[in-house]
Amino acid sequence: MKKFVILFLSILLSLSVFSQENILEVFSWWTGGGEAEGLQALFNLFHKYYPDIKIINAAVAGGAGTNAKAVLKTRMLGKNPPDSFQVHAGMELTDTYVIPGLMEPITWILKEIGAYDKFPKDLIDIVSYKGEIYSVPVNVHRANVVFYNKEIAKKIGMKKAPATWPEFLSYLDKAQKMGYVGISLGDKNKWTSLHLFESIMLSQLGPEKYNNLWKGKASFNDPDIRQALLIFKDVLKYVNSDHSALTWQDATRMLFEGKAFCNMMGDWAEGYLKTLNWKPGEDFGWFALPDTQNAFMLVSDTFGLPKNAPHRENAIKWIKLLASVEAQDTFNPIKGSIPARIDADKSKYDVYLKWSMDDFSTKAITPSIIHGSAAPEAFVTALMDAINIFVTKQNVEKTFKEILWIAEDNGYVTD
Amino acid sequence: MKKKNLLIGIFVILPSIIAIAIFVYGFISWTARTSFSNWNSFSALLRGQYKFVGLRNYIRLFQDSRFQTDLWNTLFFTIFFLFGTISLGIIMAILVDKGLKGSRWFQNLFLFPMAISFVVTGTVWSWIFAPGNIPSNPQGLNLLLHKLGLDKLMWGWYTSTQTIGKFNVALIPVIIAAMWQLSGYTMAMYLAGLRGIPNDIIEAAKVDGASEWKIFWKVKMPLLTPITLSAFIILGHISLKIFDLVFAMTGSGPNFVTDVPAIYMFELTFRSNRYALGSAIAIIMLLFVAVVIIPYLVTNLRGEKR
Repeated sequence: MKKFVILFLSILLSLSVFSQENILEVFSWWTGGGEAEGLQALFNLFHKYYPDIKIINAAVAGGAGTNAKAVLKTRMLGKNPPDSFQVHAGMELTDTYVIPGLMEPITWILKEIGAYDKFPKDLIDIVSYKGEIYSVPVNVHRANVVFYNKEIAKKIGMKKAPATWPEFLSYLDKAQKMGYVGISLGDKNKWTSLHLFESIMLSQLGPEKYNNLWKGKASFNDPDIRQALLIFKDVLKYVNSDHSALTWQDATRMLFEGKAFCNMMGDWAEGYLKTLNWKPGEDFGWFALPDTQNAFMLVSDTFGLPKNAPHRENAIKWIKLLASVEAQDTFNPIKGSIPARIDADKSKYDVYLKWSMDDFSTKAITPSIIHGSAAPEAFVTALMDAINIFVTKQNVEKTFKEILWIAEDNGYVTD
Repeated sequence: MKKKNLLIGIFVILPSIIAIAIFVYGFISWTARTSFSNWNSFSALLRGQYKFVGLRNYIRLFQDSRFQTDLWNTLFFTIFFLFGTISLGIIMAILVDKGLKGSRWFQNLFLFPMAISFVVTGTVWSWIFAPGNIPSNPQGLNLLLHKLGLDKLMWGWYTSTQTIGKFNVALIPVIIAAMWQLSGYTMAMYLAGLRGIPNDIIEAAKVDGASEWKIFWKVKMPLLTPITLSAFIILGHISLKIFDLVFAMTGSGPNFVTDVPAIYMFELTFRSNRYALGSAIAIIMLLFVAVVIIPYLVTNLRGEKR
């Protein structure tokens, strides 16, 4: 028994010695291809400036961070936060951690290093709560992009990107008549159908009204949302019949295999097509979903500073580094996303990402629902379920009513 | 000497008793407590102010159409999976027991799927049953049917949203995959049972002029009752708690046709932060399993007393 006590005490002692060491623990779900290398590059850069700080990479694997989010919640509840953690910009952080008072504002850090006005104002709004910034965005993905197979586009006579829904639907129709799948969808993992629908919703509401929904300045009881459901129903006519057996990669791959004309996905699909050795601009093209050309549906990974971070000083150094042009241009070309800063070096990015960067600095920024920026998690999952049932049942009135209920449950304006 | 042995015995099992008390029964009661609370958001859980809401979470669940689908799915899945796996297990056990040529080889072949995790099984069978675009571009089994000229038999498999009454036909491929995984295990149990039956009983029945069919039903099956009971318990609790197979294979399917309570529990708790509702599902699942396990424990205890 005595031995056990001694062993136990020495373990405790070694743990406390461990925490006094000069370390930085960074929590993320970046374990996949591209993202893990990008994170490592950031660590290397950090080491260049602070060689004596030891980094602990507390990454948790799992698609879209589902597992990581559960682990993080447990740690935050147990008052054992990492020094800094990855989180999607917006409500995913605000609703879960900022409002309960678990985060430290970092506005002063950005102001001190002069980075406050280097991010688009719309993005700053998304990561802010009551006038304070709570996380620093390191990358940006665009969600409202349609990628298409150029060869099939030529066959169906598409000369320029369709700007309106009737035009787009007529191309989908032509592709289907020639034996191709019009627009491929892979919603085995559910989130992709809401990913498609939120952009259709944006196309009908317009960026201003869409953004006002989340600020409580516009009502969900809007005929434009019903109209979006009607358009979604039209689009579903041109979807592959086995969509619920496929993942988003399977669906994107249908372009590469010459089975489908187009696929609507975030621009990680561009990274995926490149891994199949397809050349952007030569083998595949892209355009913003019709009627959303003036908007940039944003998915952004950010890092925040939890209260009582064990190594707060190091975490601040980490956040300062992430906000720099150097770090953003190190990470993003590897991850296949664009920098959140508008003054980054364009020459480091491919032709698609350059196009995206141009739009990012000029178009209205709108937060994505499914990727956690616009609304709390309870809202997102409830809406995801409703949209999934819609894909099968296609009952516009019933789904519209359900959207209203979900909005009401979560305290949004519905009248 | 004896007293010392007793002390050592208690000392040795004490850690596991404490661990079970905390990590099994303690957490079960914690989950039950949560299921009667208003902790349906992360901040509610964080504040930790406990508000007892009675059966509200349970009432809400039973009114929820997704949870109703889950309950029907569990019922049908359990019935078909249990009877399918057990009858397949018996048939394979009898065939292997006959000692035909190569039966040992088959025995190992059938047992092997058990060594694979449900996630792998689910992924592989999701490719086999992937319908593809019917009729122009079939995949998996549909492609086979197409090549055989049986185009009329092609269907959506686990993506089908057809129902027969309350039964979602999309469950059929999932049940087949589960049966594939566990019928070999059932076979092994029955095989052990069959080999344990003393030969003279069979011989005596033969002398009395019983047919092979009659020997099986009147002599062997009654003797195999404990095995059948064990198979029911083991397979029954697997099917009531099933998660990984369905999650990997169908991801709960369009319109939740292949959804099960464990998946809904996982999504409510870890995605929507609705801990109280998730705990309520967990408790309902525990009650289901208890319905299967408790009779078994009771018969076991009675057996020991005798």
